[in-house]
Amino acid sequence: MLSRRIWDSFFRVPLLGWLIGILIAVMLEHLLGDSLVDVLGLSKIPALFGFVIILKNPILMPGATLYVLLIYIIPVSAVARISSWPANKLAARLLDFPIWFSVVIHLGLFYAALHMWSEISAYRLLTLKLTLIAIMVTLSLNVVNGYMGEFSCSHPGFMALGAYAASVVTVVLFVNDRLFGPALLAPAFGPFIFPVALVTGGMVAALGALAIAIPSFRTRGDYLAIISLAFMFIIKSMIENLEVVGGPRGLSSQPDYANLPIVFFWTIACIWMTNNFVRSILGKALNAVRDDEMAANAMTVNTRRTKIIAFLFAAFWAGVAGGLFAHVLRYVNPATFGLQKLAEVLAMVYFGGLNSVYGSIVGAVSLSLLGEALRPLEIFKWIIIPLLLILVMIYRPTGLVAFKELNVRNLVKPKQ
Amino acid sequence: MPLLQVEKMSHEFGGLRAVNSYNLEIEAGQIRGLIGPNGAGKTTIFNLITGIYKPTEGDIILDGKKITGLQPHRIAAFGIGRTFQNLQLWRHMTVVEHVKLARYSRVGYGLIGAFFGTMKRQKQEADIEEMAHNLLKMVGIDHLSDQVVTNLPYGDQRRVEMARALSMEPKILLLDEPTAGMNPEELIQMMEIIRRVHKELGMAIFLIEHRLKVVMDLCQMIQTLNFGHVIAEGTPEEIQNNPKVIDAYLGRESLV
Repeated sequence: MLSRRIWDSFFRVPLLGWLIGILIAVMLEHLLGDSLVDVLGLSKIPALFGFVIILKNPILMPGATLYVLLIYIIPVSAVARISSWPANKLAARLLDFPIWFSVVIHLGLFYAALHMWSEISAYRLLTLKLTLIAIMVTLSLNVVNGYMGEFSCSHPGFMALGAYAASVVTVVLFVNDRLFGPALLAPAFGPFIFPVALVTGGMVAALGALAIAIPSFRTRGDYLAIISLAFMFIIKSMIENLEVVGGPRGLSSQPDYANLPIVFFWTIACIWMTNNFVRSILGKALNAVRDDEMAANAMTVNTRRTKIIAFLFAAFWAGVAGGLFAHVLRYVNPATFGLQKLAEVLAMVYFGGLNSVYGSIVGAVSLSLLGEALRPLEIFKWIIIPLLLILVMIYRPTGLVAFKELNVRNLVKPKQ
Repeated sequence: MPLLQVEKMSHEFGGLRAVNSYNLEIEAGQIRGLIGPNGAGKTTIFNLITGIYKPTEGDIILDGKKITGLQPHRIAAFGIGRTFQNLQLWRHMTVVEHVKLARYSRVGYGLIGAFFGTMKRQKQEADIEEMAHNLLKMVGIDHLSDQVVTNLPYGDQRRVEMARALSMEPKILLLDEPTAGMNPEELIQMMEIIRRVHKELGMAIFLIEHRLKVVMDLCQMIQTLNFGHVIAEGTPEEIQNNPKVIDAYLGRESLV
């Protein structure tokens, strides 16, 4: 009875309360992490909530579990519970202002927590950036495969186009490079031109998408799946044969512009814009096309235009994500954008949930983190993850959080 | 000049002539009926008028404009709304979303509005939402507006189709068996809705029906179709007493 009441009280904690809790937990890790590690007999701060340590050396299991409990679970839940009342008051006050104000405060808190969390190790930072990029790719693919109900396989191709186009722009302009000669602009302009480079990457990807869209959206069916798969291989082998950008050896020495705030910003922009789009009447037309194209057409929906717009939109964001990906790793090669990448992205979309922004976030985050956390299992990782996917497909055929609308106002409102 | 005029329209599926030299004239504000036994080609005529099939021969003229061979969404935007015989709703969408989506061609905020959520978009979507609720009230399902359509009983799904078609503000409304599969009570309600819609919105209505009672009650003029040919045209009384119609429906008495 009592435990029930405590459990219920957590559902009255607003998002603001949870964010404050997470922020304090992360601060705690900064202050006490190292000393706690010594006490518990661990060698260093667990990078990804102790999974890697436990799998590598099961003897350390109690220590790692205790660490996660003491640093994350107990502080987060305690602070969230205690701050529940003031956080609810504050969240209510914030809603007196325009909605964006409250959203900016929430995002600011969230970013602060992520930033401090990622400062602990370079590995965490890299994992976090790649996870954010995975969210963008998954969400953009969900627009086509989930919202529109077609099956597109060309997302790695769009990422490759975006990655190479954005890299060429930055390398030509700002790097003294073996392939492209001396830098054309002073490095000081770099961070300002970087968004332009990313948008260029997105545009090039969208242009590529147009080449698929025009022949394959005349009718419905499996055409798109086949043509887009072919497109992916064409892009890959085209880049492999383009000596200008390094051919199969890849393109390196991208400048270090993709820091965490930039990646975070673009991810939020992608989520925001996609959510705007899919909730508008023009975006709902995608659902109508998926559920009954003939009826959509009879209700004045220009189905072909709708499909092409959505496809180009998805390709644009995949291209931007590719550009960020290239600048995070500061090296790209064509082999990255092959079948394995495709399988990864498709798995994230279908695991997380079709037709849902939440679903894409859940899918991308859980599979990215799982992929990293299970790394010590080596080959068994590729048995466990597919097994999980199969289980999800059996028990929730449309994914974990499918068909759920992301309503920002509901998310930030007080819960009491 | 009539609002909708169809001249000598024919259509062939392969070698089968499904519609043969079909003529139609509907005046603004008129209710017309199209009856005929199964397979007579009634729905094919609807699909030809709304552009889902392209007629092999003949012309379709709406309000002085030739619409033959245009794409369905353009024809719809010119002012032909329709419902479907076997309920073609969007199974993952809510009732109010159906009604809002049929405003697609009138949405004025464009892609910029859709991507960036501008003020103009918010205002327009609020207006469309209000209009949608008014239409849902008119057909009597406003209390269900946030339900996903597959959760609704059959009769209410038919009303959603009706509200969705009305949301396009058509000049002429094509109803394909609006009372199919309904029980007597639902049938009376649906007829009431059709009357009300006609009275309040004043558009022309062209309806296919199986049940003679419905057409006889609602329509001013009726056409009877059999094997793709119009075999009789006239007022309900004339149709009811026409021997060819009786033959088509009941079959000719065998002479053996």
